Amino acid sequence: MEFIAAHDLDEALAVKAQQPDCQLLAGGTDLMVEVNLAHHRPDRVLSLRRVEELADVTTARIGAGVTWARLEQSSFRGLAQAARTVGSPQIRAAGTIGGNVGTASPAGDGLPWIAAADAEIVVQSMDRGERIVPWKEFFIGVKRTSLAPDEVITAVTVPKDLPAAQEFAKIGTRNAMVISTVSCVVLRGDDGFRIALGSVAPTPLRATRAEEMINAESTITDSVLEELARIVSDEVQPITDHRSTESYRRHAAGVLARRLVERSLR
Amino acid sequence: MKITIVVNGEKRVADVSGPDSLLSVLRNNLDLPGTKDACEQGECGSCTVKMDGATVCSCLVMAVDADGSSVTTVEGLSHGDNLHPVQSAMLAEGAVQCGFCTPGIVVAGASLLESNPHPTELEIKEALSGNICRCTGYGAILRAFEAVTGEDT
Repeated sequence: MEFIAAHDLDEALAVKAQQPDCQLLAGGTDLMVEVNLAHHRPDRVLSLRRVEELADVTTARIGAGVTWARLEQSSFRGLAQAARTVGSPQIRAAGTIGGNVGTASPAGDGLPWIAAADAEIVVQSMDRGERIVPWKEFFIGVKRTSLAPDEVITAVTVPKDLPAAQEFAKIGTRNAMVISTVSCVVLRGDDGFRIALGSVAPTPLRATRAEEMINAESTITDSVLEELARIVSDEVQPITDHRSTESYRRHAAGVLARRLVERSLR
Repeated sequence: MKITIVVNGEKRVADVSGPDSLLSVLRNNLDLPGTKDACEQGECGSCTVKMDGATVCSCLVMAVDADGSSVTTVEGLSHGDNLHPVQSAMLAEGAVQCGFCTPGIVVAGASLLESNPHPTELEIKEALSGNICRCTGYGAILRAFEAVTGEDT
């Protein structure tokens, strides 16, 4: 195996340009599971851990190399809440938001916030420079993204005027150290509610019909909340797998969305 | 590929093949079997070490990527019979049954006390939330930590 530890972004992009098939390594919390359990043996690995440009957080951008441990302390409330639920302290010390985006697991805990915030994924290559991709065009299937082979994920954008009222919750079999069965983010701003869910479709999903319904209401009554839960349950696209069933996920998605809308109003 | 890491204050060189984990290098190349190998997917915490100040699962660190880093394993926390306070407290409380999770719990707990010498019960539980013990039910482990953190360290 050939191993390269890039020291800056230019070096990483140059390696990717010459060897687009090389495996990117950030925190290792996904890749090493493949190595240990599936005996994945990459021919070439490019480590991004030392690339300082990827470790910056500003009000407008979150560097791809920022760990969950740091995001737990961030001012983006919904994302900080999600970060607290990722794996364990050990996982959060290593895993990064860029890794979450790159792996693109339906259960990625950072992804519903990205969808709710309408954040964009910043990618870069040596030949074509920077490309800013709307999250909807970036996540194209289960663990599939539109990242080109010579590109590196560099950041997630934080849109301007993001509402301060942000809530995240997920359901799993226990509180600590759990992969989500359903996850949900609700943002409440002047333009109304935005509702995104994870683990209920191949990619993160916005509950657009539920958003339209609730945002047309002037008062959020119990019957509106009931209708919201019903629509969310209807518009998610979950499957039955080893973690849960389709019907439970539909039910849980509606309950979570309703609960987070209520929480965001407190 | 040759890597150099400082393990428990001592410079060590290991010849690493492929994408092997830091855990495997510690146990198999550097003769430090205190760090335990169980789930190999970051779920159990038995392989917990400190690396450059962060508490991590050594099974999820690609060893070649640890080149140049500084690692503390459970072996580095005691000096002969002079045990780390967490180890002494776990002995006194009988917080060990099969013992397989113990090194990871000692390292995670020692890291917590370094940054937060007087944690609350919730902070202790959170710090140990990545370390699974299937024998003790955690009661004795928590009592051991409460005994340590009640003292001035």
